[in-house]
This record gives sequence, C-alpha cells and structure tokens, in this order.
Amino acid sequence: MRRKWWAAATGAAALTFLTATPVLAQDEGPTGGDVQAVLDNIWVLVAGCLVFFMQAGFALVEAGLTRAKNVVNIMAKNLADTLIGIIAFLAVGYAVAFGGSNWFIGTDGFFLSGMNPFEIGSSGVLNLTSSTFFFFQVVFAATAVTIASGAMAERTKFTSYLVFSAVMTALIYPIIVHWTWGGGLIKRIDIGDAVYSDFAGSGVVHMTGGVAALMGAIALGPRIGKYGPDGKPRAIPGHNIPFAILGVFILWLGWFGFNPGSELAADTIVMWVAVNTLVAGAAGGIFATAAVWIKTGKPDLAMSGNGVLAGLVGITAGCGAMNQLGAVITGAIAGVIVVFAVFGFDRIKVDDPVGAVSVHGVCGAWGVLAVGLFARYDDAFLGREKAGLFYGGGIDQLVVQVLMVVIIAAFVAVTTGILFFVMKKTIGLRVSAEEEREGLDVLEHGLTGYAADAVK
Amino acid sequence: MKMITAIIKPFKLDDVKEALRSAGIQGMTVSEVRGFGRQGGHTETYRGAEYQIEFVPKVRLEVVVADGDADRVVDTIVSAAQTGKIGDGKIWVSGVDRIIRIRTAEEGPEAV
Repeated sequence: MRRKWWAAATGAAALTFLTATPVLAQDEGPTGGDVQAVLDNIWVLVAGCLVFFMQAGFALVEAGLTRAKNVVNIMAKNLADTLIGIIAFLAVGYAVAFGGSNWFIGTDGFFLSGMNPFEIGSSGVLNLTSSTFFFFQVVFAATAVTIASGAMAERTKFTSYLVFSAVMTALIYPIIVHWTWGGGLIKRIDIGDAVYSDFAGSGVVHMTGGVAALMGAIALGPRIGKYGPDGKPRAIPGHNIPFAILGVFILWLGWFGFNPGSELAADTIVMWVAVNTLVAGAAGGIFATAAVWIKTGKPDLAMSGNGVLAGLVGITAGCGAMNQLGAVITGAIAGVIVVFAVFGFDRIKVDDPVGAVSVHGVCGAWGVLAVGLFARYDDAFLGREKAGLFYGGGIDQLVVQVLMVVIIAAFVAVTTGILFFVMKKTIGLRVSAEEEREGLDVLEHGLTGYAADAVK
Repeated sequence: MKMITAIIKPFKLDDVKEALRSAGIQGMTVSEVRGFGRQGGHTETYRGAEYQIEFVPKVRLEVVVADGDADRVVDTIVSAAQTGKIGDGKIWVSGVDRIIRIRTAEEGPEAV
C-alpha cells in the first residue's frame, strides 16, 4: 500500500474531513473533491476485482502444471482457500491487520464492527470507505494463502489444507500486514532516514505466501516418483500447458490491479505503476527463458511462465519507487533468479510442482531488496527521493529492507512450521501412498476432472 | 477375408487414407495408440529435467478386405506410409472367420 494509514494525518485527513458529507446532500452539486473521492473508491474497487480474478490465474497455472488425476483437487483447493480466506479475513484477519492498540497485533474491528462502511474516508486511509479498503485487503489475503497450494500440490490432505487456509488468512498473514501496512512493527525499525518500503507486497504478500509454501513442501516431502533410486530429480510433466500459460496471462492482468491499485487513490501515479508492472513482467519472462535455454538447451515454456510471474513478484515492492529502467532490471534479475531457484530446490529435495516457492518466496525477497538498490522516487513509504543505493541514497534503505526480509521470513517460517508440524502429528498432512498413486480426485473428492462421455 | 492392421506414423494417416480410397477401399477404422519398436522412444524436457518418452504416439489402422485384395492393399499402405526413417511402423495380415453388417445382418463378402 502506498500510503501508510497513520500518515493520512495531515493533508489526507483534511481532505477526508472536507469530503465526508454525502455527495448528493449538497445543494450546489458535487465539488471537485467529492468527484475525486468517489473516483478513488471506484478505482480501488475495480483494482480489487482484478486482484480477485488472480485466483483464476493461480488455479489454471497450478492445474496446468500438475497431473490430470489431481485436477479436481487442485481446483477444489483454489476455490476453498478463496472461500475460507474471505470469511476468515472478515471475521478475524482484518481486525488483526488494521485494528489499533499495539505494534504486534490488532485487536479491534472483528467482523468490521465499529466501522462506517458508507462514509468517504471512513477506513482512515485517504478517501477510501471502510468497505472499499476491506474489499481491496481481503482479495490480497486470498492471494497470500493460495500461493502455498501449488507447492503442496498432488499429495496434501484436503482437510489439512482447509485448516492451513483458515490460520493463514485469520492470523499469520494479517500479523505481517499489521507489522507493515498496518503501521505496527515497521514504525519501530528505522535506520537513519530509512523506513521499510513495500508498495504492493513483494514481501508482505508474496514472500509470506512463498515461505509458507516452502514450509508446506518441506513438511510434506516430495511426491512419490519425483526422485529416482539414484536420488536425482525426475520430471513429472504437467497435464495442460495451455492452462498454465493462460493462467500466467490472467495473473499478469490481475497484477494491474494488485500494483496500481495499491496507490489507493485514482491519481496519475497509477499509470506509472502499471507501466513498471508491465515491463518488469516482460523482462522477467525474457531473462528466465534465456537462462533456461542456455542452461538446458531448450526454451522451456513452463519456465518462461514462471519468469513472467517472477518479474511481477519482483517489481511488486518497488513499482511505486522505481523508474522504468529500475523496473526492467528488477524484473530481469528476478527472471534469472527463478530459474536457478527452481533447479536449486529440486536438487535439495524440496518438491514444488509449480515453482511457487521460487517465484513468490525467493523473488518476493529479491523485490524487497531491490527497493534498497533502485528506489528513485518517494513512494510515500520511503519519505524521501533517491533512497536507493544506486541513486546515492546510501546503504541504510537496503539494510532496513534486508532486516524486514529476515523478520518476515523468520516469523512465517516458524508459525507455519509449527502449524504443519502439529497437523502432521494430529490430523495428518499427507494422503496415503495408495491415494497419491491413484490420484486425489477420485479417492479424496469422488470425482474425476475429465469424465468420459461414453466409456465409463 | 483378411484383416489388415497397420501401425503408422500419425502424420502419415492422411496419405494412407487417400491412397486406400484411390485403391477402392470403402471403409477403415483408426485409433490413436502408443507403442515402441526398434525406434525406442525419445527424450523430452520439462522444467529443465529430461525424461524418456518410451511409448511414442502412433495410429493403428484396421481394414477388412476380400482375400484377393489383401496384397494390393498392403502394398498401397507401405508405399503411402513409408518415409524410410526409423519408426515407420508395421503391417500384419490375419484371417477373418466371419463378417456381418449390423444394419442388414448380411454376412460374407457383401458385408465387407
């Protein structure tokens, strides 16, 4: 989020106050400020719709890169984490993220209690009503949780994934949001002029989801057949490459809500952020393709798709602070990183069927660090121009970014690690070997993804 | 009557079908199958890891003809399906005891 809610104090708060009266009640018609206030809300709502549609992208990427016998399961997980995420964030998560009281956790506003959903500026964030702001935040929460689904594909018990979804969207992700966009912990961490900056959430959303995905993949262990008797990783090809690439395009489209929407207002910075998002995705795709082509001799299409997503994750933190050159470099480096990360995790026996840990976890961390290198403009978090190391801002910003990467990654790793461990010892985390071989669709869900018309 | 079964390269199906039509063959049945012979298989790569495709996609074509037509049909298939490269496939000919047209219940050569 571009604007810290507590920073709404001066100019923004005054604007909020002036525009607080309902537009239609004014005899002389709406003022320019009224129109702007409604535009702000409409834009953020539309951006939220685009972010919501990213669920479709995730579902298709994950379904495409896994086997046909598990396609019902992967679709069920993608639907279920959206459903649970929405209700859990409404009931608990939003209050934990944006409630007041202390730096660690928010404790008021459960079920949006005490909020005025109609009034301009009632969320405390610029002109946004609490309905607008909740809508935008809840679709982010759904994004953060669904990242893990791909890494845990083809072997996770459905019930265990439901429990994970609820805990992730009610507590773990909202606590990270509270520390950052909610104005908690990061207000206490400053080095010189440097304060943590993460415009749309390379760290807050993607790295959080990616680290949870990593812990899930580790707790589960690799799929049967992923490693040969010699211990070498084996390919388990996905069953529908068109799904996967369509999913990449849908996610890319959704990102034009994710990043430009995080401006939280309808101003001219929105288009700037959209261009940064566009070019970083392209650079990521190109450089990932080049890297895998040089390394293996083939321009692996699934890896190109991962590269686009890596570029997008990479620019998510810096999309408001960088110029287009910075965005291209950040995306390009993310594209190279993701290829080596995928191979690296394969080698150390972390089986991540869709590359979610590499794309969201590793490139999310890279995106946060990139702000410390390439920040050129003030994105309202930074509070100063030219904060990046390469623009003469010194090392302070980079140090703060590194610190927050470590803090977020450690917190998510420990909490999700405990959660997965407890589930493993109680309700069980993984399906039986028999079920895994047969496919989760029939034995877990009683349904096949592609039922035959005649031959049954 | 004879049944001629040919395993051919999928992209050769059109050529074989047209050649058989020109040779006066009125019907045939095809199915998409997978298998390997001396060709073995081929390797594909997925996310940087190579893996072996042992069962290569092929088309199986079946046609039942009168005894006297069998050799001519086999020759037609061979010349239409041949590329000279490994993996062109196989043809075998077997005897057919009875043949019945379901619609009319006709039997024998009239049912071919």
